[in-house]
Amino acid sequence: MYRIIERRMIAPNLHELTVQAPQVVELVRPGNFVILRPDEAGERMPLSVADWDPEAGTVTSIFLQVGASTAKLARLKPGDTIPSYAGPLGKDTEIANFGTVLCIGGCYGIGSIYPVARALHEAGNTVYTLLEARSQYLLYWQERFAKVSARVIEVTRDGSSGYKGHITRLPEILVLEKLKPDRIIVNGCTFQMMKTSEVTRGLGIKTIVNMNPIMIDGTGMCGVCRLTVAGKTKFACVDGPDFDGHEVDWEEFLKRRKTYNPEEVHPLRKSGCASHF
Amino acid sequence: MCLSFLKLEGESRLSKRIDPKKRPMPKQEPFERIRNFEEVALGYTPELAREEASRCLSCKKPFCIEGCPVSIDIPRFIQHIVEGDFSGGIKKLKEKNALPAVCGRVCPQEDQCEKVCVLGKKNEPVAIGRLERFLADWEAASGVIEKPEMAPPNKKKVAVVGSGPAGITVASDLAVLGYEVSMFEALHEAGGVLTYGIPEFRLPKAIVRREVEYVKSLGVKLHFDFIVGKTRTVDNLLKEFDAIFIGAGAGLPWFMEIPGENLNGVFSANEYLTRCNLMKGFRFPAYNTPLKRASRVAVFGGGNVAMDGARTALRLGADEVHIVYRRSRSEMPARLEELENAEEEGVMFDYLTLPIRLIGNEQGWLTEIECLRMELGEPDESGRRRPVPVKGSEFRMKVDAAVCAIGNSPNPLIPMTTPGLDIGKKGNIEANEETGMTSRKRIWAGGDVVTGAATVISAMGAGRKAAKSIHETLSQ
Repeated sequence: MYRIIERRMIAPNLHELTVQAPQVVELVRPGNFVILRPDEAGERMPLSVADWDPEAGTVTSIFLQVGASTAKLARLKPGDTIPSYAGPLGKDTEIANFGTVLCIGGCYGIGSIYPVARALHEAGNTVYTLLEARSQYLLYWQERFAKVSARVIEVTRDGSSGYKGHITRLPEILVLEKLKPDRIIVNGCTFQMMKTSEVTRGLGIKTIVNMNPIMIDGTGMCGVCRLTVAGKTKFACVDGPDFDGHEVDWEEFLKRRKTYNPEEVHPLRKSGCASHF
Repeated sequence: MCLSFLKLEGESRLSKRIDPKKRPMPKQEPFERIRNFEEVALGYTPELAREEASRCLSCKKPFCIEGCPVSIDIPRFIQHIVEGDFSGGIKKLKEKNALPAVCGRVCPQEDQCEKVCVLGKKNEPVAIGRLERFLADWEAASGVIEKPEMAPPNKKKVAVVGSGPAGITVASDLAVLGYEVSMFEALHEAGGVLTYGIPEFRLPKAIVRREVEYVKSLGVKLHFDFIVGKTRTVDNLLKEFDAIFIGAGAGLPWFMEIPGENLNGVFSANEYLTRCNLMKGFRFPAYNTPLKRASRVAVFGGGNVAMDGARTALRLGADEVHIVYRRSRSEMPARLEELENAEEEGVMFDYLTLPIRLIGNEQGWLTEIECLRMELGEPDESGRRRPVPVKGSEFRMKVDAAVCAIGNSPNPLIPMTTPGLDIGKKGNIEANEETGMTSRKRIWAGGDVVTGAATVISAMGAGRKAAKSIHETLSQ
């Protein structure tokens, strides 16, 4: 059993989860994920790691409440326990001195891009961070990014903070901000990673995405996380989750992610009340 | 002339005394069992077991022992059954086999002990597997589990990677010899393929848990959610342990590499079975892991895993389940018993059929499979006649799910993260067949991670040899 140290909503529907998992801390690196189960009946699900504390032996993730299993996670309180917490899994995000790197985060990926930005900063890069959300109230951790970035840029759909619009404005934002990144790394929802890859292709900037498919074991055994990269089938769990965004078959990936959409929310909708469908 | 007369007389005497057929084992009726996930075969009663056991000739030179990968003293345990001394029988069995309830159910006895049984030359061999299962179930029902004599602790520490059949054998053998054994399991339940792969109706998970409890009762420590190669590397573990045994299994599924394989509704057998067995998807939504309930399912492959996939699909309510296999019935690698069970249950067999393309709708869901008819040509390296496509024989099958059960290779996580470990062409860890020793000191390996997907008992055989070799090496 693994003890919950902290679980709190840091933005509407976005939760920070910190778990006592000393066995995971030792080898965890930016870009990794863990697989956990909220209870004995729960699914195994992957969560990207957003931070860790080697001394306390804790690992932190940010997750979005979507279906039945994330709803269970969202109800956990400090002191509760969960039955499974396995990791670190996945290949590490490549960290080297690339020069100037733009780290883009959205949704839960604002959390998981943070250790990437921190490691790149420590490796001597000039790091710029771009955080994107529907509205200002869905942004978080800006102060953490400020410490490891030359600048933190915000983009909101409603214009409540920073640039108004969507990540598709990136080419224009790069010009306005006078940025010429040698590499772009995106952690966030599939749509955001796909759109970023689309607009950076024309700019000729290498773009790394941290893929987030459905997984079960997370160790290469089941193949549910497969995706097509440069025409070849890859398993996100062992071959990734980082891939070159320009090589990913996004259309296929988006469809595969929707495989269990109806079932995901089914237990949430089920009600014993006869008048409630 | 004279000699052959004698032989004939001898045989006729034999057949008078001994029933030519095995005692059939009671089974759930097909129409009933396809609606549940309960075990199909119900096991012998004590009476049936004693009757069957009395067919054994107690040969002076028993071939069956040689036919067994772990050399169980088969005639002796059977003799105990004849005498009604079931407790003596289970003791004898467990001298060589830590998992009798599992092996009695899933071992391919027809290719091993029963294949060489003298009775089998003219009649049916003794039902050794069913008798093994009987004793194991009898012991479990009695509630008194015999423990072997334990050597005093020798303070030496061994890590076992993977809690499947190979790992369980190594761990229990070494624990009995006085070693401090820690077993590392990547998933949240022990048993490896016995837990995630083989379905409930063939091997109830309660039995696997019982066997795991037994290994724990010998003092073996189990660590779950621990992925060796990720959570810690083999080299990290070598700092703490005197020796390591790698029994990580063959956990990387093969796909057919044909167009459309990433459509929704196309599963590896590992995914399909893991959702059902390990995650209990057949009880969705009480268990949260969903499993698509398709109405027309095609399963590719002809082995036991294909049978498991097809029979699982039936139990999940499919109207029609097809096994699509490129060779014919006689080349199928599945056990005859499993093939017959699948046939009885109404699985349809499309022999000499090769899927060449999977076709989907706009939403990315599988709707049809394009196949080619095959015919058998000259024998290939495996000695089986090679299937050759028939020109212009393309046809389509309407399906809404496909399960790919064409094999697995060893999991790459340990090979990728353990420098100096010799790796074979198929990604397998190279290990000595007799000792399980790898190219690196203090590291042994065995089971599917060495051989590629094989059987439970061959993994146990490899575990037994490795345990012996580890003991010899560490005692020096």
